[in-house]
Amino acid sequence: MTPGNPLKIAAQGCHCEELSEEQKFERLDEILAIYREQPGSLINCLYVAQTIFGHLPDPVLAHVARRLGVPTARVTGVASFYSFFSRQPRGRHTIKVCLGTACYVRGGREIMEVLVRDLGIKAGETTEDGQYTLEVVRCVGACALAPVVLGDDETFRRVRPTKVSEILARFAPSATPSAAPAPVKEVV
Amino acid sequence: MSDTVKLTIDHMDVEVPRGTTVLEAARELGLRIPTLCHLEGVHQQGVCRVCVVELEGRPNLLASCVLEAANGMRVRTNSMRVLRARNTVFELMLSDHHKDCLGCDRNTDCELQELAMHLGVDAERFAEDLAAPRMLDISSQSLVRDSGKCILCRRCVSVCEQVQTVGTIGVQERGSASSVAPAFVGLGDAVCVNCGQCAAVCPVNAIFERDHVHPVEEAIIDPAKHVVVQTAPAIRAAIGETQGMPAGSLVTGQLVTALKMMGFDAVFDTNWSADLTILEEGMELLARLKRAVADGDSSVALPMMTSCSPGWVKFLEHFYPDLTDNLSTAKSPQQMLGTVIKTYYAQNLGLQPEDIVVVSVMPCTAKKFEASRPEMTDSGVRDVDYVVTTRELGRMIRKNGLDFANLPAGEFDDPLGRSSGAADIFANSGGVMEAALRTVHEVVTGRELPFANLHVTDLMDIEGVREVAVTFEDVTEDYSWLEGVTAKLAVTSGLGNARELMDRVSSGQAEYHFIEVMGCPGGCIGGGGQPRPTTDAVRRQRFAAICAEDEGKPLRKSHENPLIDRIYADFLGEPNSHKAHELLHTHYVARDAY
Repeated sequence: MTPGNPLKIAAQGCHCEELSEEQKFERLDEILAIYREQPGSLINCLYVAQTIFGHLPDPVLAHVARRLGVPTARVTGVASFYSFFSRQPRGRHTIKVCLGTACYVRGGREIMEVLVRDLGIKAGETTEDGQYTLEVVRCVGACALAPVVLGDDETFRRVRPTKVSEILARFAPSATPSAAPAPVKEVV
Repeated sequence: MSDTVKLTIDHMDVEVPRGTTVLEAARELGLRIPTLCHLEGVHQQGVCRVCVVELEGRPNLLASCVLEAANGMRVRTNSMRVLRARNTVFELMLSDHHKDCLGCDRNTDCELQELAMHLGVDAERFAEDLAAPRMLDISSQSLVRDSGKCILCRRCVSVCEQVQTVGTIGVQERGSASSVAPAFVGLGDAVCVNCGQCAAVCPVNAIFERDHVHPVEEAIIDPAKHVVVQTAPAIRAAIGETQGMPAGSLVTGQLVTALKMMGFDAVFDTNWSADLTILEEGMELLARLKRAVADGDSSVALPMMTSCSPGWVKFLEHFYPDLTDNLSTAKSPQQMLGTVIKTYYAQNLGLQPEDIVVVSVMPCTAKKFEASRPEMTDSGVRDVDYVVTTRELGRMIRKNGLDFANLPAGEFDDPLGRSSGAADIFANSGGVMEAALRTVHEVVTGRELPFANLHVTDLMDIEGVREVAVTFEDVTEDYSWLEGVTAKLAVTSGLGNARELMDRVSSGQAEYHFIEVMGCPGGCIGGGGQPRPTTDAVRRQRFAAICAEDEGKPLRKSHENPLIDRIYADFLGEPNSHKAHELLHTHYVARDAY
């Protein structure tokens, strides 16, 4: 199969969660094969890899390096430079608190404190059950709605600290708790 | 379009060739704009911002090392705004640097200290704000990284990725969490060839050779140990620089005397085993050629490649594991001499190998790794115990209070101290090939290598890939199968060049019989353990000193060395004999490149 625009393909719900590790590496390889001949496409490749694997574990980074023929230290350098790449497993849901100027002065900081307390994690971390990842964003361009919280792609406006538990409840775990994911091993 | 541009720097007019940077143009005027990360030919990225200047019409200050001079530019290098910015940049850098200078090996040899003097920074304006925790990576046999000293200038990253094309280290994370590090593991487990070019360009003490000075000092004062030292060909043309002498000073005699005064029980010359290497490797080449040419055996691994440079050997093991059979199985001179000392020499003295400590002085950090390879124990114990770099020996000479330049000339000890000029040129890129040809040509034809002064035209140099063809004519009876055969030879140094050459060899684009590669640019004279700075000008001066040493020797060919004859007669039999193979040859392993 020859994929079309690799970024599009990767972005279209690939149902990657349902794929086995081996299938994920196969899928990644299809796209890396296209980019191999195009210097300067490391960021695209990492984006694709993160879409498929959910995050960028070390064996995936090593695999991207191997397939592109790029030194591993450069791959990890790029992956650790950009905040949109995550080397840690990410939660099923991402809660982002805006701490841009407008949100900050209208109470964003208090919202963050409540989330840190309730989830028991710091910004940038993921809860142990793999449900939530908590992040800080610096302005989402909706200052009139400050303070703003994003839950996945949904925007919550004029959030009060007392409303935080309601937001979390919308992204609460389903009845059957899922097991912690097994560590990824590189499939060469 | 004119080939030159005219600009004004600090009210002075200057005309420079197009493509010149403002930094270089200022030098034309005798103006030294301070720099830190800038390293010509290696790292020109404007990272540290110490060289900023003010350009009329531009709101922001610009890094002069990457600013191309253009017509009509009006540049200020000493305005109050420039001076303030420069000092602030520098002081911020200092605030993240662990300033335990007294305990630092680079004390008084530190580009950061030098710059502080130049800028007149004498107090610490910013309180110590050491963002990232200090991390000491001691996992490598060859090199140590100290993140607490690192100022993130990125010279090491450039030399590793661009010049050597290895890419072991990169900048990880960002902002105040940034560090220069391998991908997942310490240097010892990373894809690192130990060449030490990173340590050679580091302006501070953030990457340096693993210390072997202390164990050597302890061995010397231990009366139960017979401590023997060997010095590589490249040391005699570089050690003087560590004692304030100019680059290119040839100080073989002072070097020997210094080592004797330090208390070594015997001072041997790695040159001696370089001559031995030529016999082993030269005969190996002829054996491979015979199988290919006379017997038509297509399975024989050609081109044969030299194996003296442990950085190059590990590079091949990582990146071209399919070509490791092409490496000569002959050990490097360091390892040959280690084995010979702990077998032949030990027997002559009635000592056990474990009573002897072999120390080598090498221009190389990878030699520390080579000595630690599990294969290198043919005497029954580790063949070479400690390896000190040229820089480390420089420190030892100073600690011993020796007035090095004025020491009387000493002589290496017998029976492992005399050598031919062919051994000296092992230090230079192209030298091993030339030394091999001096012997092989004479063995095959009975006549001397037909080049003026025994130097093959355009073979020894510090740059690029050189190709030479030598045709064997009027050969002796034993080598009739070589009559009229043209041996195609290639020589290069620096692993970026080696990669280009190997890509052509492995794709079949280029066919050779014999290839010499040295891992560091210019060969061992530019090794990662050599005194700083090693610029191209310094490389050429050391190069010339090595050639002078060769030309001044009464014997110029390895097979003429009477002490080599003696070890074959007394101990080894003949080149490539069973015993020689057991003691003087090795094997290689395939390694992963990621």
